[in-house]
Amino acid sequence: MEIGLAHYLTIAAILFTLGVFGIFLNRKNVIIILMAIELMLLAVNINLVAFSTYLGDMIGQIFAMLVLTVAAAEAAIGLAILVVYFRNRGTIDVEDVNAMKG
Amino acid sequence: MIIEQITFYIFAVITVVSGVMVIGSRNPVHSVLFLILAFFNSAGLFILMGAEFIAMILVIVYVGAVAVLFLFVVMMLHVDFTKLRAGFTRYLPIGGAIGVILLAELILVLTTGVTDFELPTSITAATPSPDEVSNTEALGNLLYTEYAYLFQIAGFILLIAMVGAIVLTHKKRNEVKKQVIFDQVNRDPQKAVTLQKIQPREGGSWKSD
Repeated sequence: MEIGLAHYLTIAAILFTLGVFGIFLNRKNVIIILMAIELMLLAVNINLVAFSTYLGDMIGQIFAMLVLTVAAAEAAIGLAILVVYFRNRGTIDVEDVNAMKG
Repeated sequence: MIIEQITFYIFAVITVVSGVMVIGSRNPVHSVLFLILAFFNSAGLFILMGAEFIAMILVIVYVGAVAVLFLFVVMMLHVDFTKLRAGFTRYLPIGGAIGVILLAELILVLTTGVTDFELPTSITAATPSPDEVSNTEALGNLLYTEYAYLFQIAGFILLIAMVGAIVLTHKKRNEVKKQVIFDQVNRDPQKAVTLQKIQPREGGSWKSD
């Protein structure tokens, strides 16, 4: 069977589902949640590049680069918030986050 | 043709398996390492799709920067990770249900409808033939001309992320003596030196203003 668009989209769908699943599974560990978000963004990138190749249109790859930039920025900010949170509370359990209100 | 299929399946299977290990492994350091493996193999998938530049950027940005940042934070924070896994089995049914439903929906859409898409016929920026113009060159031709604003916005996003991360994590430490430029520049030579008349055998009396 020829490797076509549907194959790549299936891989992206599986990766995206793994990301969603990982967020539900590791409710307490923020680091794993951030890694699951990275997996989801990777799936989005695979989708963009797959359609770009399939249609012969370069726009998808340009937007994939923008998504990559946003993913890097998001990881940096997320981990910075995590470090500050750990410094203040001594744990990274996100179930305590509602204590921060007010 | 058969080579392409074998390569695709190798990359795809390793990507998915390491994705499973990222969310399922007990040790977060292992999770980060499996994340790196997933990124490397999806870079292989990108090369198969003919997007070499994105593949290389993926390796450089994700493996070189993001994954190392994760590794750094995981190792810097002394956290009892076994305690954080307490709700693992409690969330397994609801998470599994949502995951299975989402995956079933996505696969259903792909397998039944992907060829019936009303795919756009107007191409915004056609991919040039790879024999004449390489992928990197084609991307550069678009990115620095038509999509220069998008490029600038990406740069601003990175700048703001950098400023934000530094502002968030910078800690002012009082025990460390640092140079205060403002005080140095503001020092007045008229007040810095005072002349005192010293009487013999009496010594000077220090008057501070």
